[in-house]
Amino acid sequence: MGCDYTRTVLHGYLDGELDATRSAEFERHLESCRECAKALQSGESLRSSLASAGLYEQAPLSLRKRIRADLDTATQPSAAMRIPVWRWLAVAAAILIVAGVSWFSWPRSIKDSASSAPFSAAELIDAHVRSLQPGHLTDVVSSDQHTVKPWFDGKLAFVPPVKDFSDQGFPLIGARLDVLNGQNVAALVYGRRKHIINVFVLPTREPDTPIHPPGLRQGYQWFHWRHQGMEYCAISDLSASELHELAQLIYQ
Amino acid sequence: MSGFDQGKGSDVLDAQDRVRFEQLVLPHLDAAFNLARWLLRRRADSEDVAQEAMLRAYRFFRGFHGGDARAWLLQIVRNTCYTWLEKNRPVELMTEFDEELHPQSSASPEALAIAGDNRERLTQALETLPPRFREVLVLRELEGCSYKEIAAITAIPIGTVMSALARARQRLQRALTASAPQETSRGL
Repeated sequence: MGCDYTRTVLHGYLDGELDATRSAEFERHLESCRECAKALQSGESLRSSLASAGLYEQAPLSLRKRIRADLDTATQPSAAMRIPVWRWLAVAAAILIVAGVSWFSWPRSIKDSASSAPFSAAELIDAHVRSLQPGHLTDVVSSDQHTVKPWFDGKLAFVPPVKDFSDQGFPLIGARLDVLNGQNVAALVYGRRKHIINVFVLPTREPDTPIHPPGLRQGYQWFHWRHQGMEYCAISDLSASELHELAQLIYQ
Repeated sequence: MSGFDQGKGSDVLDAQDRVRFEQLVLPHLDAAFNLARWLLRRRADSEDVAQEAMLRAYRFFRGFHGGDARAWLLQIVRNTCYTWLEKNRPVELMTEFDEELHPQSSASPEALAIAGDNRERLTQALETLPPRFREVLVLRELEGCSYKEIAAITAIPIGTVMSALARARQRLQRALTASAPQETSRGL
């Protein structure tokens, strides 16, 4: 009494969980084992009883409703409509205060701000505006990063990373040498529709920083960051969000 | 814990999570309730615990990285049920395990067919089994879970799912035939 197969393998067979080899092996055994034959019938009988007795209990509607209410509470409202008007006003007021404070405490040099770039905002803007004068924008005109990058070779003591982002809507127009705060820098020129973007690149020993919040002056915006031993400053009259897009592309 | 990553559960969920949750997890509410009902046996308790489990699942939802959403949810339901049992009915968990597999022959198919032809009696027989036997049977026979899913949900090693089911079925057969009318249980 008590065939080993009855205790285990039979159940794998019943449940269709045996692989082909074990299944065939069990079927051979089944031909000669009355115990297993009977147990298999019992197992099948039990299974069909369980299946046909309607034991599965569905969730009542009241539970469904309670759960939906829970989910509502646990979900942060993302739609603007959920936020009461006074909150929007509070947010707007906060923004105004921050903007006001930053305006008055606006640094003469972006060196003073968190970005601590090695040149002032005025220099940066001057360099950008100068580049927009006829004939000043580029020393090398090419949308090919493999043309622009080698062009810098021997002209600077460092090699700036150069990449074309035409596919992302920021075609590389060219590059030139520039001077910021008495330092030679690489200026990469990108276009966005009719806007021109200058990206100044120079080496640094400072640690990496994320892209700093935008600077704004005279209608120009700029983003400053450090990445892998290079200092970057992207400036343009583009909107901050579009300029930030390019900054992120370069940062990657 | 084996099976699925249940995440940290501290995330704030947004409307996008909600939509995904409704698509992936909420359709398995019946499965969740059914498992809770068979583990806890009382409807009112099962509703409360299924509700709690569903909310936990939602909070853990960012820890769900795709795959078998039903098994993921049922694992949470099961854990919530056991926590609830430990707190409210610890005795039920102690009457546990009769690890030994009785080398007795199985009940005759005829006797079982008669005994099983009665919803009341089947329900009672199932409810007399210890929760750990009951759950594998419910997952296999009512929910149609594979061994792999059962292993993930119950945290039993996959190699022992088959023997757990074997034991559970034997227990159920005994419970059924023991409660069957005299004439069919005689001679077993």
